[in-house]
Amino acid sequence: MIAKIRKIATFVEETHTEMGHPISPPTRRAAAVAVIENPHAGKYVEDLSDLMTIGEELGALLTEKAVAALGIPGPSAESYGKAAAVGEDGELEHAAAILHPKLGTPVRKVLGKGAALIPSSKKRGGLGVPLDIPLGHKDAAFVRSHFDGMEVRLNDAPRANEIMVAVAVTDSGRPLPRVGGLKKEEIKGEDGLR
Amino acid sequence: MPDVHVRKRLTVVEEIFHEGGPPPYLSLRRAAALAVIQNPYAGHYVEEIAAFMEDLKPLGLEMAKSLVAALGGDATIIEGYGKGAIVGAKGELEHGALWHVPGGYAMREILGGAKAIVASTKKVGSPGARLDVPITHINASYVRSHFDSMEVGLADAPRANEILLALVMTTGPRIHARIGGLKSWEIKGEDGLR
Repeated sequence: MIAKIRKIATFVEETHTEMGHPISPPTRRAAAVAVIENPHAGKYVEDLSDLMTIGEELGALLTEKAVAALGIPGPSAESYGKAAAVGEDGELEHAAAILHPKLGTPVRKVLGKGAALIPSSKKRGGLGVPLDIPLGHKDAAFVRSHFDGMEVRLNDAPRANEIMVAVAVTDSGRPLPRVGGLKKEEIKGEDGLR
Repeated sequence: MPDVHVRKRLTVVEEIFHEGGPPPYLSLRRAAALAVIQNPYAGHYVEEIAAFMEDLKPLGLEMAKSLVAALGGDATIIEGYGKGAIVGAKGELEHGALWHVPGGYAMREILGGAKAIVASTKKVGSPGARLDVPITHINASYVRSHFDSMEVGLADAPRANEILLALVMTTGPRIHARIGGLKSWEIKGEDGLR
């Protein structure tokens, strides 16, 4: 592992009731977050390939942690998302290098499938900055019941020379979906969209 | 007696490898269990509220068990604990105090009779409010290496008529503890203090 990890946090959220309606079984989301050293903090570096490798490492590690926190086999996951927050001495492009070129393949390996684009967000921020990880169905991006988001934050990260990287996985959609659109039972699963 | 209605739960596990110093052989883990419940006394002053403490005991036990499970399942590795509550805007601070007995009882029960008082904090707050839950050694409050805290909170809780309840456990001292004081191996274990 070339990533220098200071800290890892996992979050599991369960919704048991929404607007007085019992949710049974509860909807569940998990996120795993790693706080790593940013090797390029404070200077402009053209070649970001080391961050791409770090993305590959963290894709596997964080997805395994999130799935383990839910206590489900990878293929039972329904939706996913990823996000990164770069500390103040880093560049937004550092988050992009971690998230986009290589992080997805190991995520999909852990989850068995994942035809859909992994929704993502990124930002630069200080300690305690909230990260809103977008969520979408892993096999068909248009499944409307699974458009969601999960907020995570750590009061002590990211420091100026750090990057916070998050992968979120769920075993369900929103608690009371009722705005129509493609249902998960209707997924064809060919193009990652429908 | 009012029932306990849980809307949502959150489990957070932090694993801390270092904080700029030499990574110790054992990383520090902290876990928090949060439950968001309806406040049966929201919106009006109720004189007799103490009976609700008894109702909260089963939830406390469940949360304490879930913390031990989140930290690997072995209660003997737990070294620090703390508890706290955030009362939604239509409640009063005294409602948060209802958590002292059931929260403390639950953790002592699960940890086999821990001796030290459970450090605690509480406040009234809106959704997204953060709580710094204080942490001390489970058998001797004066163990300086184990004075710690963990920030917790949820973007959508507590609503005005809710209470967010929190329990926290840790597996060891601060990651680079080095300011002296009573050591964990010097505990006499008679009075819960030293």
